[in-house]
Amino acid sequence: MTMTMETETRFNWREIVQLGLLAGIIALSLCAIGIVGTFGGVDVIGGVFTVGHVFLFGATMGCAYLAAQRNGGGRAGQTLVGGLVLGLLSSLPVALLTVAAEPINLRRFLLNVSPELLEIVAFGQEVRALGALILMAVASVLGLVGSGFYLMPPRTRKPVFAGLTMVLLIGLLAETIILAWGNQGLGLAIRRVVFARRGLSILGAALVFLIVAGLNAWWGSRGEQIKGRVNALPPGQQRNVRWGGIALGILVMLFLPVLLRTYLTEVIDNVGIYILMGLGLNIVVGLAGLLDLGYVAFFAIGAYVMGVLTSYGELGIAGMSFWAALPIAVGAAVVAGVILGIPVLRMRGDYLAIVTMGFGEIIRILAISDWLAPAIGGAQGVLLIPKIPVVGLEGGLVSPERLYYMILAGCLLAFFVSWRLRDSRLGRQWMALREDEDVAEAMGINLTKVKLLAFAIGAGFSGLAGAIFATKIGSVFPHSFQLLVSVNVLSLIIVGGIGSFPGVVVGALLLVGLPELLREFAEYRMLMYGALLIIMMLVRPEGFWPSEVRKRELYADENGPSPSGGENIVEPV
Amino acid sequence: MERSAIRQWFERLDYLDIVLWLFRVVLIVGIVWGTVVTLRSGKYPTETWLKFLVFGLAQGSLYALIALGYTLVYGVLLMINFAHGEFFMSGIFTATVFIAIPMGQSGFTDQHPILALGIISVVAMAVSVGIAVLTERVAYRPLRRAPRLVPLITAIGASFFWQYFFRGLYGSGITAFPDVALLKGTWIIGGIELLKSQVIVIIASVLLLIGLYIFVKRTKIGKAIRAVSENKDIAALMGIDVDRAITITFAVGAAMAGAAGVLYALMYRQVAFMMGFFPGIKAFTAAVLGGIGSVPGAAIGGLLLGVFEAVGPNLFLEGVGITAPYQLKDVIAFSMMVLILLVRPQGIMGEPLAEKKA
Repeated sequence: MTMTMETETRFNWREIVQLGLLAGIIALSLCAIGIVGTFGGVDVIGGVFTVGHVFLFGATMGCAYLAAQRNGGGRAGQTLVGGLVLGLLSSLPVALLTVAAEPINLRRFLLNVSPELLEIVAFGQEVRALGALILMAVASVLGLVGSGFYLMPPRTRKPVFAGLTMVLLIGLLAETIILAWGNQGLGLAIRRVVFARRGLSILGAALVFLIVAGLNAWWGSRGEQIKGRVNALPPGQQRNVRWGGIALGILVMLFLPVLLRTYLTEVIDNVGIYILMGLGLNIVVGLAGLLDLGYVAFFAIGAYVMGVLTSYGELGIAGMSFWAALPIAVGAAVVAGVILGIPVLRMRGDYLAIVTMGFGEIIRILAISDWLAPAIGGAQGVLLIPKIPVVGLEGGLVSPERLYYMILAGCLLAFFVSWRLRDSRLGRQWMALREDEDVAEAMGINLTKVKLLAFAIGAGFSGLAGAIFATKIGSVFPHSFQLLVSVNVLSLIIVGGIGSFPGVVVGALLLVGLPELLREFAEYRMLMYGALLIIMMLVRPEGFWPSEVRKRELYADENGPSPSGGENIVEPV
Repeated sequence: MERSAIRQWFERLDYLDIVLWLFRVVLIVGIVWGTVVTLRSGKYPTETWLKFLVFGLAQGSLYALIALGYTLVYGVLLMINFAHGEFFMSGIFTATVFIAIPMGQSGFTDQHPILALGIISVVAMAVSVGIAVLTERVAYRPLRRAPRLVPLITAIGASFFWQYFFRGLYGSGITAFPDVALLKGTWIIGGIELLKSQVIVIIASVLLLIGLYIFVKRTKIGKAIRAVSENKDIAALMGIDVDRAITITFAVGAAMAGAAGVLYALMYRQVAFMMGFFPGIKAFTAAVLGGIGSVPGAAIGGLLLGVFEAVGPNLFLEGVGITAPYQLKDVIAFSMMVLILLVRPQGIMGEPLAEKKA
């Protein structure tokens, strides 16, 4: 008797209510700002459910899982009932919206409470009250599923999660995948089985789920064994395995345009330009710890110098070829990096961030102004920039596939330079500077020199990216150089992992590649970046692919002596 | 002996100092030269300059109100709250869509203009405070002891999140703020014709600034906020609830930003989702100019920046022969920020900052 009483009281119903309402408010917000409605047109599984539904019920499932996790000790039945209640609660705000939106004409105030949205949240029911009931039922069941997910043993949970994620991803990208590969031969045959008119077919979804979950389960049970076997090999053979991997990677990179076809290669080109910038900013922010928010300035300078020097339009002054102008464009960016670096040498942290942001904006305002319009075209920009000429190729790098190799070469160069710099004397000086400026100076590091070198090298990469960007687009407009570009680049290195080189690639693919594939993302891109920056800082400050050093630093406190004693008096810096 | 003295002098000479001095001198000479040339040309009569001045004061008092939020938060957390401009935007945007426009259409505003403005102000300030407290609770509080770059990045994220959140809610266009008949037209004060709205904005801002000054200096909560900004840990030892003091700091700053939003709408008669961005950065500049952490400093900095921005393009740039100088007013604001940080990093009213803070 007392025992049951105890478990009863231990189950925290208050938390269920709180998390349920939280999920409800999140779902309501996602409806009100239009995400649910916009993504309601993207089917994951054709005719069954859309990405809009994922946004609508994602918070419910997540919170149900969280609630189950927090109540970890409770009985299975109780946990499931808790999930059910949580799901029901979470559906109430949206259910209210479903019923009330039309009578009070909510659209007067909130643009995105559209008929399309109501169609989704009412599950297509003309009688909105009935739709609201269905919504509540579905949410309850999904809350139950969410909490049930926690009760699964981890060995099943991981593969199921991986499978579901992959179904979601492929469903999301169905249109792109069909466009790229599904037009002829084998691709067409596969497409008929796996994809519906929009999104995956039910059979396709099941296939994807089974394959991915199966592979994940297999790796889960055998992965350690295989890794162990590789590690047991003699060092010489281990090196062979590693070189084999690298050779395979290079081979894939070389044939990527052939695999991806034109459209996807174009996307990869954009990703590549951002990787180039990300690697540059990674030196400034990641290695030297100087938060630069005006990074777009150097991108703009590289692009404008390239444009003015090579253009065969009115504003072209030299009619140079790309290769002759490239060193000048990069050099101009480097010089600008030093010039803008000098005034901020004595500033730190937040001040540095806001002043560099000011510089970025100054460059953009100057570019758009009438004052400099005779030289760089003002709002009209510099037009008629030729493509990159290459001996033996007619027209030079005209297609995205050809340009890809130029960008790949630039990225590999940037990778090589950053990698060699990181482990050099200069790289270690940067990292010392990042950790503590005063100590670094006391150790005899010339702060002026190393800071300016960081700004200069970072600016150089950005200038290179800008120069390539100018020939890629064929024109340069001030509109391309907004603060958002700096924020994009910063976001991608943070998401990938500050200071990590592979992280830059991961970040660029996620933040630049993915949104380009989905036109629905365009509207909400910045919203998601913002949310992602906050969530990353709260949950995973080391990024998706952290550098080893950074990871150790961030978790140093947890392993070492805890700072709960007298150290608390010391102000965090 | 003599040789070594010269060598020592050379060794001590930091050429960075020389470069920075050159930089300052070039900027100041440029400004003075431009001013002299413009004034000698006599292109604008005195009355025009005075009009610029009043416009600058009105704009500057808005900057001052927003700058208070930066200054207070920087005082307690040593962090630039990048999202502060969004607190400013969220309140008035919401109040415009839900209150001002329906009231304007129904004719309520024309019948009871004072009451209507009161309701709009209360709603705007409440929404701003709500958003600020929520942001602090969710995004900043868990990171209180994190490395300093981390909360800064979170704040940038919060700024973009709120901008595009409200864009999603109310749309991406520019929404017109309904006219208030009471504030239309001009008054003639001292022989100069002044827009009523600008005069009201200046008066209201000054009253709010004085109110806030008294709040921080005279009340118990104000004292707690000042104690926390001196030293969080010792304040906690003295029995002050630090978390509560920080939340109140955010709330007070956001309330001022919300009020500034209402005044902005009265002055410019429009609201939009990106309206918080530039005023936010400039208000930060104003806070730095006045000396971050100082309430009177924020007021002085804001007014000065507003005036410089209103007068500057024509005064400094036109004389140098730059076409369309008004396009470059933001350049003036940013250049001023850089100049101040170079010449007097602690600002006009600020005490010299410890290295750690700067």
